[in-house]
Amino acid sequence: MKCILTVIGKDKPGIIASVSNLLASNNVNIEDISQTIMQSTFTMIMLVNIANSPLSMKELREQLKALGEEIGVSIHLQHEEVFDAMHKV
Amino acid sequence: MIKTSEIIETINMVEKEHFDIRTITMGISLFGCIRDTVKDTATAVYDLICKRGQNIVKVANDLSVEYGVPVVNKRVSVTPASFLTAKFMGEELEVALALDRAAKEIGVDFIGGYSALVHKSMTESEKSFILSIPEVLSKTDRLCSSVNVGSTRAGINMDAVKLVGEVVKRAADITKDGLGAAKFVAFCNAVEDNPFMAGAFHGVGEGDCVVNVGVSGPGVVQHALKSIPNASITELAETVKKTAFKITRVGNLVLDEASKRLGAERGIVDLSLAPTPVIGDSVGHILEEMGLEEVGCHGTTACLALLNDAVKKGGVMACSNVGGLSGAFIPVSEDIGMINAAESGSLTLSKLEAMTAVCSVGIDMVAIPGDTPVSTISALIADEMAIGMVNNKTTAVRIIPVPNKTVGEYVEFGGLLGRAPIMPVHNKSAEKFISRGGRIPAPIHGNKN
Repeated sequence: MKCILTVIGKDKPGIIASVSNLLASNNVNIEDISQTIMQSTFTMIMLVNIANSPLSMKELREQLKALGEEIGVSIHLQHEEVFDAMHKV
Repeated sequence: MIKTSEIIETINMVEKEHFDIRTITMGISLFGCIRDTVKDTATAVYDLICKRGQNIVKVANDLSVEYGVPVVNKRVSVTPASFLTAKFMGEELEVALALDRAAKEIGVDFIGGYSALVHKSMTESEKSFILSIPEVLSKTDRLCSSVNVGSTRAGINMDAVKLVGEVVKRAADITKDGLGAAKFVAFCNAVEDNPFMAGAFHGVGEGDCVVNVGVSGPGVVQHALKSIPNASITELAETVKKTAFKITRVGNLVLDEASKRLGAERGIVDLSLAPTPVIGDSVGHILEEMGLEEVGCHGTTACLALLNDAVKKGGVMACSNVGGLSGAFIPVSEDIGMINAAESGSLTLSKLEAMTAVCSVGIDMVAIPGDTPVSTISALIADEMAIGMVNNKTTAVRIIPVPNKTVGEYVEFGGLLGRAPIMPVHNKSAEKFISRGGRIPAPIHGNKN
């Protein structure tokens, strides 16, 4: 299942590393990644595939949320179809 | 990949602007449950609802997690129960209790369909059924009731309007703070696939089992309008339309998946801006964002007409089957903007009545003094039904004569039902008019054949 993972917050060293680490250790593949600073806010968007992860989407979300709280950013994981439905005609 | 700004827009809709799937409602036909005795009928009703609806809550929660969009309510609507109880006059309560038990068993928030369709005339059994409504609402927790008393094709059944006024009063009198009346709706031109409560029922033209989805998002629309503070009205309409399109698309996606997982027919998406008492989730505030000092002032009806139409246009493009009530809801107790305006006196019942001519429902969740005469309640319903009948649209009345309270006081329902200031009603009587009985003939444009 393909999902969009977003990380938004104050920029600091190690954000990409810690998120990628968590994904790798749960066998989540990163298929695309973009990172930018929008209005002085760190914004990273990843297209990830969670099909081979041993964790359910709910568990993965909870872990990402906890990581986000730890490093001071907000992390969301949502099914890719939601974004396609909303923004593609 | 989709643009970053679009992804952030979607996330903000859920995180900051209260976008949600307001309800996944499963419609279940109960025609096959009619047996020789009321007891057997009630058992068959209970069993079928438990069988068909056993996974609604799980599927709704799963979809909520996967798509990251909250699914707030899970509901069931059923065949109007007056068809099931026709043979069992005086024993209707038994079926009502079975419906309520089934709702609790499968864990849905509400079950709708303790309903009767009497827009032209009433059978003896339907009359008995309607008279059972107050007691039923006082003895059940999750069951909602409605009666269709008029239509553009049939006119308005004024005998039913008189009876329904009594039902509203009695239901309020025998329940705490009049809560029973908050679970009852009088309709003109009721729709068969409405997923929203309290007026949902599974129409007679529907199949065995269908899933309908109601989306909401007043906060999203308000936010979109906030970002164009100096735009012309044409641009306002365009922005509402685009926003409605986006939120309906998510409803469409959820409907596809929910109906597949529940093994039910794919029904409709009802795109209704349904407010909640939370700040930032108000239809009243959308109208104020358009440039009104406070909702209820002159200009309110025009703003609401614009909003309701733009919502429909955006929604229709986004989904192959749009249905239900689709438009803007204006329930006073459930909308912080409306509550404030009613408190300050800006919003009156007369203005609300005008607003219902251009929005998707009617006088909704309005608290009135407990000593309001029954004939005044019936007359208020008749007015609202007339607006629906002549304008060929659905109108509804959900009004609560709060026992022992009067203008200046409040009633607190809690949760999604919110709180409401008691609003004044007209003090002159329509007793003579209501006591006449009979039928208001259908308007000439109802004869379309």
